[in-house]
Amino acid sequence: MTSVLYDVPGPRAKVRNSIIGVVGTVVVLGILAFVQVLILEALLDTLSAFAVAAVLSLAFGALFAAGRLSEHAWLRGPSTAIVEFFRAVPLLILIFILYFGVSQTLGLNLSTYWSLVLGLMLYNGSVLAEVFRAGVRALPRGQSEAAYALGLRKTEVMTNVLLPQSLRAMMPTIVSQLVVVLKDTALGFIILYPELLYQARFLGSQGQLGAPILQVAMVIAVIYIILCLILSGIAHLLERRLRRSPRGGDVDPKEKARADGEISAAQAQGGGGAVA
Amino acid sequence: MNVLLDNLGLYGRAFLGTIELFLIAGVGSLILGAIVAGMRVSPVPILRAFGTIYVNLIRNTPLTLILFFFAFAYPRLEIVDLSFFTRASIGLIIYTAAFVCEVLRSGINTVPVGQAEASRALGFGFGQTLTVIVMPQAIRAVVPPLTNVQIALLKNTTIASGFSVFQAGGIYQELSENGYNVLVGLLWIALGFLILVVPLTLLQRNLDRRWSVAK
Repeated sequence: MTSVLYDVPGPRAKVRNSIIGVVGTVVVLGILAFVQVLILEALLDTLSAFAVAAVLSLAFGALFAAGRLSEHAWLRGPSTAIVEFFRAVPLLILIFILYFGVSQTLGLNLSTYWSLVLGLMLYNGSVLAEVFRAGVRALPRGQSEAAYALGLRKTEVMTNVLLPQSLRAMMPTIVSQLVVVLKDTALGFIILYPELLYQARFLGSQGQLGAPILQVAMVIAVIYIILCLILSGIAHLLERRLRRSPRGGDVDPKEKARADGEISAAQAQGGGGAVA
Repeated sequence: MNVLLDNLGLYGRAFLGTIELFLIAGVGSLILGAIVAGMRVSPVPILRAFGTIYVNLIRNTPLTLILFFFAFAYPRLEIVDLSFFTRASIGLIIYTAAFVCEVLRSGINTVPVGQAEASRALGFGFGQTLTVIVMPQAIRAVVPPLTNVQIALLKNTTIASGFSVFQAGGIYQELSENGYNVLVGLLWIALGFLILVVPLTLLQRNLDRRWSVAK
């Protein structure tokens, strides 16, 4: 892409541009931090809860999807029970159990941060487990049959043949589930984890600012919407790239639809999802 | 067991509150969702745009924030004085309607174009085509995902407990004031939700199986 003012950047120009980009971002963030420290700190708290919860729920989902797909009944049974249980219980009740119940009864002192993150992990991990499972089952049977015929072992069939294909097909769905994780971090407000909404309540009740709760609520809403739109945008981009790649679309549309249904249900819980 | 038996009245009242909130918000969200879906498929560009903006804004806002707005910011607007319960219902309706709308719209898109063309050829107007021809067919594709949305709504009602509405999500406060074991109390609530949600899930799977065969 050549413009009037510059040529297509070469290797050195690319390095220079990315350095300028990083510096520019830091400067802009610095200005923002100078103007509004409180909201920026709250934003960081929200994002750190989101990031940790997202990673943990992906791991939880992978583990329990493997459990549910296992050939051993003693693994499959408990995994199914756990996944179904955590999907049926409201997320807020899970967070309450962790924050009020576990710390009071078992003496484990979970902070608001970990109660929120673990609650998000249990709920979204269970939903993701269903997504992974549906993704693997959506592949044509011939794939695993051919792999077995070539003499691969069970684990090899899963990791070398089934997972790469199903992950590719499920990527957009997984990212839109992450939007749900991001939105559900707002539940931390109810157990007083100092995230965006908590700071909104704090700022909104400051008498010397004229208690601007309406305005603050609007600003916070805009922040959430922008963050979610960025994530949904990524999901959209992935979907478009997958559609172009010849190896991506090789799944049974019926099973894919079932997995998507799983997601749309989960999204109504916390909400979120790709821009239609 | 004691925690449940000693507080049976409390649990009863709390879950009644949950169910009441669920029924009001459920019916309300179906109505509002149907209206917005009607806007999104209408031939009027401005109405389509309003519908799209509504759905995209609401779907990307946390429900907690919407309830937060209705609990703390709404009274400042000084429009009409409403109880916490009414405001929570409105918040849940506004939020869930966006999802209902998307389900209905995707259901409408599953009906072949030929159906609408044929009905227009017979002289039906937009309203008639939508209500007499397209909707009855779309309902089939719509009911299973719609049940999913309503199940999510049932679970979402607990969030209203953070904003002074008495229902199942708020039992723990009273239990902890009276010195009961909160963990056990909360596990009973979880069980209560399982009892409410599992039949709905089974119904949804049943409908899904029966109607996908019929189609």
